Amino acid sequence: MHTFEFIRPADPAAAVATAAQAKTAQQGADVRFVAGGTTLIDLMKLNVETPARVIDINRLPLDKVEGTPDGGLKIGATVRNSDLAHHPTVQRDYAVLSQSLLAGASAQLRNMATTGGNLLQRTRCMYFRDIAMPCNKREPGTGCPAITGSNRTLAVLGTSEHCIATNPSDMCVAMAALEATIHVQGSKGSRAIPFGDFYLLPGSTPNRETVLEPGDLVTHVTLPPPVAGSKQVYLKLRDRASYEFALASAAVVITIAGGNVTRARIALGGVGTKPWRSHEAEASLAGQPADAANFRKAAEAAMRDAKPQSENGFKIELAKRCLAHALQLAATS
Amino acid sequence: MRDNPQSGPSNPTRRTFLLTTGSTAAATIIAACVPAHASSADGPSDSTAAGVGGPNIEGAVPITLRINGKDHKLRIDPRTTLLDCLRETVALTGTKKGCDHGQCGACTVHVNGRRVNSCLSLAVMHDGEEITTIEGLGTPDALHPMQAAFVANDGYQCGYCTSGQIMSAVALVKEPCGPDDAAVKELMSGNICRCGAYAHIVAAIQQVRKNI
Repeated sequence: MHTFEFIRPADPAAAVATAAQAKTAQQGADVRFVAGGTTLIDLMKLNVETPARVIDINRLPLDKVEGTPDGGLKIGATVRNSDLAHHPTVQRDYAVLSQSLLAGASAQLRNMATTGGNLLQRTRCMYFRDIAMPCNKREPGTGCPAITGSNRTLAVLGTSEHCIATNPSDMCVAMAALEATIHVQGSKGSRAIPFGDFYLLPGSTPNRETVLEPGDLVTHVTLPPPVAGSKQVYLKLRDRASYEFALASAAVVITIAGGNVTRARIALGGVGTKPWRSHEAEASLAGQPADAANFRKAAEAAMRDAKPQSENGFKIELAKRCLAHALQLAATS
Repeated sequence: MRDNPQSGPSNPTRRTFLLTTGSTAAATIIAACVPAHASSADGPSDSTAAGVGGPNIEGAVPITLRINGKDHKLRIDPRTTLLDCLRETVALTGTKKGCDHGQCGACTVHVNGRRVNSCLSLAVMHDGEEITTIEGLGTPDALHPMQAAFVANDGYQCGYCTSGQIMSAVALVKEPCGPDDAAVKELMSGNICRCGAYAHIVAAIQQVRKNI
């Protein structure tokens, strides 16, 4: 691990002012915020992250879960994954979020990992994590050995010829389906970023993963008011029953009236280069009878643009079955 | 747990033997290196380098950790993980280093009563916080109920993962967890046992939960 200066700011403004001196908030950042540390410290040990300054935000007042005036929910950036998963309001009104959090990592890691950190967790692509290997995400222009190498766990949606790294988060899949908003305090003030606008596709700049700029501190996430009568399911498929990243996962929030789907919000995990909202699957289901045939059609629509690599073609059918089954579970719940 | 009270210079345990020989070996290395370093220096020699306050680590920061009910005032390199701080700085070697990347659970300790992977946390982040390690749970004469249950149920073979398993299990008992074995297995999935003592570990935990 490289040496760094450890900084504990007095308030969010001080944290932002220090972080704003960084050249980038993306890969290669020389200033990093640390909360749970479960991603950052892991990558610092591997020398994938080498910040010169580390700003500890754990003691900033960003650890509350509270209702919003419009009936939604405000989740502080340093709320631990375990606390969020077991929060009574989340369990009652946003069950898909609770389920997704409890499907991720281990009990110890969930006690450490935070909401903001989970939004920004990094890919598990083995080439990204190994500084002896080329990687366009870690060192732009060096190439992507995953495309011709080991890619069984990597993405089939949103890939480019420069990067096929999977976004590993479970929480983010649920937040995509819940249409969360990410709130950021930066050197030019505060702003709210719709979840769908927060992540970038790799394209030719896979080192840029989000729209965050130097100094931007995620302060909280808001969820819109719960949709009355909606049914919510997070289904995760993986190589072992627990403590493993998704090969494919699906978050569904659907409302059914008179046997027809009146509203559907669908996102996929484990298969995309970012948390993958599927407007295609949602459109396919709108107004249709809630039955197995239409669930399968929605799954086909979700994966229509999927591009298999040499080892991960199985993920396309796996993701389809995952989504169709998640919809079935929701419809019969 | 305390070391065996009967252990001493004439009756060493494995742990006291390794600690003694380890520090002797380290002293030998330092003795061999310091003169060489001093003789190669052009400027005035740094008399504090051989002082008694331990190594003068550049950039070290002062912190206080309350470990097993006792305050420890330390100066540590900010890079030091909580795990390395406990083992190397405070010499509490009951907490084990397995993967060092949050994948095996051997390093599990409690911070402010919650179980965490001490390998993925920097010690400086815990200034002023309450840390509990396996040494803070019980003693050989008065085992913590979970330690006793692991003994009674044979919840280990080689023992390397055991302190992490027990720290996880003690925390689990206070967490939301369904009554059946499947729920326990799910909440213990962050602790890997290479020997495969899982069935006995689950039995030990269920025994403690039934007796609460």
